[in-house]
Amino acid sequence: MEWTDDGIILGVRRHGEGSVIAELLTREHGRHLGLVRGGTSARMRPVLQPGNTVRAVWRARLDEQLGTYALEGLTLRAAGVLTSSHAVYGVTHLASLARLLPERDPHENIYEMLEGALGDFDDVRHAAVHVAQFELAMLTELGFGLDLSTCAATGATEDLVYVSPKSGNAVSRSAGEPWRDKLLRLPAFLREEVGTGGPPSDDDLRDAFMLTGMFLLRHVLEPRGQRHSDARDGFIASVLRRRRVVA
Amino acid sequence: MPSAVAGPEIERLIQLLARLPGLGPRSARRAVLHLIKKRDALMTPLSSALQVAIDKVQVCKTCGNIDTQNPCTVCTDPRRDQSTIVVVADVADLWALERANASSGLYHVLGGTLSPLDGVGPQDLTIDALVARAHDDRVSEIILALNATVDGQTTAHYITDLLQDANVKVTRLAHGVPVGGELDYLDEGTLAAAVRQRTLF
Repeated sequence: MEWTDDGIILGVRRHGEGSVIAELLTREHGRHLGLVRGGTSARMRPVLQPGNTVRAVWRARLDEQLGTYALEGLTLRAAGVLTSSHAVYGVTHLASLARLLPERDPHENIYEMLEGALGDFDDVRHAAVHVAQFELAMLTELGFGLDLSTCAATGATEDLVYVSPKSGNAVSRSAGEPWRDKLLRLPAFLREEVGTGGPPSDDDLRDAFMLTGMFLLRHVLEPRGQRHSDARDGFIASVLRRRRVVA
Repeated sequence: MPSAVAGPEIERLIQLLARLPGLGPRSARRAVLHLIKKRDALMTPLSSALQVAIDKVQVCKTCGNIDTQNPCTVCTDPRRDQSTIVVVADVADLWALERANASSGLYHVLGGTLSPLDGVGPQDLTIDALVARAHDDRVSEIILALNATVDGQTTAHYITDLLQDANVKVTRLAHGVPVGGELDYLDEGTLAAAVRQRTLF
């Protein structure tokens, strides 16, 4: 068995003295692990950092085996993010989210989103939007997608500003007004492509992470006995801090 | 599978030595044979040294270093700069910095770095003890000497956030071209970081 694919490093774990087991999110083969011989060498260590994009050649005798990777760095962005707190928290958080995907199941949409997010971390205004939309996409990919296109009560497609915490459906301003204290706020940027709308406010970002965080915790993390990573909290705090400095 | 060529006691010794870093079964067998040949000159002193180490080695309650006294030699050295704490992930890093004579300050060993993949969270490290030490009035600088990896720097930023209200200067090691490093062979991220953090010549 042999294939070649592009992949993003999610993490590595030492295996013996000279090798590591690398966990990649590949474009066509999904989240896939493989042994990298010589992975602890000085040449390979910079390549094997979370967030880097690599060209991976995977080989094994049988498909179900762990197999070995031969990796070549394509975009080595890890060194560039180390000095920026929001970027380093963001990489760690996105990698831990992507690790929730089932193994060897292609998720090309998630791969493209992750690649886009990692490539845009320099811009603190875009970084938070990317991460919030990535969390939303992860919910969809894991089977718990929120319906943010129409109002659950009236069927309206305009002026959707709330989300029902029970159903995960959008609710229009008029229909949701009587229950506004019980509904979650839906920031407009979550329904737009990154960079198409105006910059979200700090409150918009807090609302977005409250929204995605609640559903991620309820449907994905708690059933697995997990909770939100410290990196997520660190990312949100760091982005809000940096945005204030930039402003 | 080849049959054992020596008694179970010797085979047991080979198995144990083969677990050490840098040694495989073949080199462990050679080491055991050498120890047996140098029984009085090497094996007996080694055995005694191991027993002494077992009895006396302990983890320093202040910094997490490994020593035969508690607090450790570094913490009790009056010549040390009490105003600086160098934070390292592991005792091996502390020993490396000491070999390099890189700092005259005190140390703090975290016991690892934050790693979601390995399930290492803040509660698994000695971060709380570090924050408590940083609030000591005598301390004015915390040097984060952590690995230039995503895990290492995530830990560094996490600690920096926790030290916001401590009256200390938080610094980190420089990133850039290592001694003997040829630009042609460096990864582009390191090169970019080195250019960004260039200094006056």
